[in-house]
Amino acid sequence: MSVAVLRFPGSLDHESAQRAVESVGGIATSVWHADAELPAGVGAVVVPGGFSYGDHLRPGAVASRAPIMGAVRRHVDRGGLVLGICNGFQVLCEAGLLPGALRPNATLTFVCRQASVEVADDGSPWTAPLGVGARLSIPIKNNQGAWFGHPEIDRVALRYVGDDRLGSVTAAAGVLDESGRVLGLMPHPEEACDPLLGSTDGQSLFGVAAAA
Amino acid sequence: MTRVVVTVMPKAGVLDPQGQTVEGALGRLGFGGVSDVRVGKRIELEVGGDDPLAAVHEMCERLLVNALIEDYDVRAES
Amino acid sequence: MSGATKPKHRALGLTDREAERITALLDREPTDPELVMFSLMWSEHCSYKHSRRLLGRFPSEGPGVLQGPGENAGVVEIEPGRALALKIESHNHPSAVEPFEGAATGVGGIVRDILAMGARPIALLDSLRFGELRSARSRHLFVRSVAGIGHYGNCIGVPTVGGEVAFDDRYEDSCLVNAMCVGVVEPGRVLRAAASGADNAVVLIGNRTGADGIGGASILASAELDEDEDRRPSVQVSDPFTERKLMDCCLELASSDLLVALQDLGAAGLTSASSEMAAKGGVGIDIDLDAVPLRQALTPAEILVSESQERMLAVVEPRLLDEVIRVCRRWELDATRIGVVTDDGDLVARSGGEVVARIRATSLTDEAPAYRVALHAPSPSEPLDLADVPEPTDLATAWRELLGRPNVASKRWVFEQYDHLVGANTIVRPGGDAAVVRLPGSNRAIALTTDCAERHAELDARGGGAASVLEAARNIAAVGARPLAATDCLNFANPEKGSTGWRLREVIEGMSQALEALGIPIVSGNVSLYNESPARAIYPTPVVGMVGVIEDAAARVGHGFVDSGDVVLIAGGGRPRLDASEWLGEARGCPDRPDAASEARLCELLARAGERRLVQSAHDVSGGGVAVALAECAIAGRLGADVELPVERRADEALFGEGGGRVVVTCRPRNLDALRDAAGGVPLTEIGTVGGDLLRVRIGSDMAELSVADATNAYEAGIPEVVA
Repeated sequence: MSVAVLRFPGSLDHESAQRAVESVGGIATSVWHADAELPAGVGAVVVPGGFSYGDHLRPGAVASRAPIMGAVRRHVDRGGLVLGICNGFQVLCEAGLLPGALRPNATLTFVCRQASVEVADDGSPWTAPLGVGARLSIPIKNNQGAWFGHPEIDRVALRYVGDDRLGSVTAAAGVLDESGRVLGLMPHPEEACDPLLGSTDGQSLFGVAAAA
Repeated sequence: MTRVVVTVMPKAGVLDPQGQTVEGALGRLGFGGVSDVRVGKRIELEVGGDDPLAAVHEMCERLLVNALIEDYDVRAES
Repeated sequence: MSGATKPKHRALGLTDREAERITALLDREPTDPELVMFSLMWSEHCSYKHSRRLLGRFPSEGPGVLQGPGENAGVVEIEPGRALALKIESHNHPSAVEPFEGAATGVGGIVRDILAMGARPIALLDSLRFGELRSARSRHLFVRSVAGIGHYGNCIGVPTVGGEVAFDDRYEDSCLVNAMCVGVVEPGRVLRAAASGADNAVVLIGNRTGADGIGGASILASAELDEDEDRRPSVQVSDPFTERKLMDCCLELASSDLLVALQDLGAAGLTSASSEMAAKGGVGIDIDLDAVPLRQALTPAEILVSESQERMLAVVEPRLLDEVIRVCRRWELDATRIGVVTDDGDLVARSGGEVVARIRATSLTDEAPAYRVALHAPSPSEPLDLADVPEPTDLATAWRELLGRPNVASKRWVFEQYDHLVGANTIVRPGGDAAVVRLPGSNRAIALTTDCAERHAELDARGGGAASVLEAARNIAAVGARPLAATDCLNFANPEKGSTGWRLREVIEGMSQALEALGIPIVSGNVSLYNESPARAIYPTPVVGMVGVIEDAAARVGHGFVDSGDVVLIAGGGRPRLDASEWLGEARGCPDRPDAASEARLCELLARAGERRLVQSAHDVSGGGVAVALAECAIAGRLGADVELPVERRADEALFGEGGGRVVVTCRPRNLDALRDAAGGVPLTEIGTVGGDLLRVRIGSDMAELSVADATNAYEAGIPEVVA
């Protein structure tokens, strides 16, 4: 099975995400936003980071209405896995595939720095290999990374450790849908898959995608 | 106190990337016949004093609006 | 002042003699559009008419140089099958008018210059100068420029990996925003701006044309900013989303070999792009202005000079036109055939069926007058008398205060607003010496930096020019790289006044000598003059952007201390002096002139030591002297050190003195002998040991001690405290 990495106008991290999949021995396929179907044999979909449609209107709003998103929805209904990273997380929230919404950071600025996150819910194929309490060092880089939702109902998968919480409700760094098969997170695991970049903590998530 | 509403829009002739993107997305969703989409913002304020509209005009000049690229309109909410 | 009371050419910034020259070249009076076109193409910004004669001094050739100055960017080969395109450019005046959009569009412009070479942009850097941060205006310009750079760079997905920012009252009225971009390209696929092939299509790609920046190139870049608001053109608004689509689209067009030539539209818009493409190719271009997609109603002259952003001009063979348009549509970009290549050498513009301009393309690009600037040497500056510099009562307090000064303090507040990681190749992040970016799909990496010694250049132009180049080289070498090539942005005051012309020449001479000592070329550059107001002229500010190569990316060297017990050394020579130092806080005294030959040897030592894994860390000694360099090593490594510094005259001079080419390096004790063997003639002075959570420096009988935690707090708080 291969990992489909979506590409919208303004996607920026699609190539890094493909390399991350390859770094764990998986096969990555680039999929164009205007396509109505995913290629055959896709086990997991990655919605990568970037500024799809320039963040205009609301981040992720325009991309979430693209033709490929109907296919992603059907993929989820069939039991497939989806990973949304940063702008991909925003796209999935706008598409209704994940709960809540992403608001501007409490600093009202773009924030790019290494962050530490902790697994809060391991009842998902994405986080099961890590276990609750596992800590990951992964960079964050976003303008609108403050998750707003209802943590008493919604499933929070990852939480920031320390002060780097961006204004997120309950310091949520990543959330799951009800099924646990769709994960969205603001940190960039594809930027943490190489010892030269200072961390390989992101490889676990791509390992799950590659094995799906 | 008076409820004052400021509407801030990109100046005529100034590029509005946001408006262009929204226009393109509407077209792709099948909404025909849409043109000249422009995206601005609305600011609401409760203002006291003798001349709240004049005060808000000054706020616009000094902070709320970038006169180089934006136009604005101030009105009192009835 | 009203344009109606004086001739049109003067209102457009042309002299009477320039107007006569235009009439002579045309052999008739110019039409209005033609006069506007000439005024922009012959502006300082486009023609370098006051600096052109001096710029030829720069060494610009070398074995790897595929493209030297004169194109959109320089190109230098870095390994078989791969070349780097690099260029730095100013966007000073637009940033002074509207800092967010000015800085953002500056980034956009430099990215398109790299793109025009067919190269894929992989890194951005920004060199910024503002007035002191106690000025509300300078705080505003600083905060908004940083936001604008972030907005643009983050959205286009090119990492902003480095640069510098400094504050001095001399930039209060004329801030500097210089942006540098580096891209990668296959040597066989380097695109050039030269149009060719009569009947080939001229295609405008990207944003529609509006009234952005009309007159900007000429009026804003040639005249000192004054209170005359009416002369301000409409501000260019940035659209990074379209830029990203342009990048993706143009790289697809280039890699599919669909283009004959490519050029970005920058200053003077369509006029500049089309005349340069025609002149370089020895052909003509015939443009139908009615075909140009517009955002609003514009006159023919306005269409010809509009500086609307995010536009590229391509020359395409007619048989490939449909395919080019199809690729552009896929990227949701307008692509319109607006003209054809002709064989008569003329740039022709038509509107409503009439010819509104017909000018020999080379008249616009090559026939601008080249002025000799007056060369009045200033009176030489006197060395600082130490007796005039009060000695600090407590060295540790002085040290902590210095660490918190905006010019010295951590620039984290700046670089955390920039995505410096996108692309997953940034292996040395901002905050140290040079940034290091791995070449995509390679084990090689490149080191990148911008540097400038403007206070030194104010006091000794030749020495400051050399010091700017050598500081850049030390930063490159400190991370374990070998300098490869440079690009420069010469920011100066009015060359027609005072000693500015002389200083320009001397700075170029000093830079050239240092570049020759290092054996590297300048492959591209930019000049920004008239950075002065009636009250203040900027320092001569020759910003040097440099790239270097690391053969094995994993061998890169960081600046933070690594392990307790490592030996601390100072590599390189020169005497610490407070002249023009950050501790002194002003351009006073006369800094020693750098010794370029010995600094070149120092750089080679650092690169070799990096390759052989002989050093644990390396950090250039610059603003704030050895004391600040040691503190930065300690802060980054979260480890202290115990150090003894030689003292010649005074403890504060030993600690905070600058000058010479010195680098703080650390090595494992077992590598010390090998490092000494590698040093050749380069001085290596052992000064102490890494360890603990204190920084303790003995200077003769004096002692300065600071905890790493205190140093970190002072260093990190410096900028957030003033901008908050």
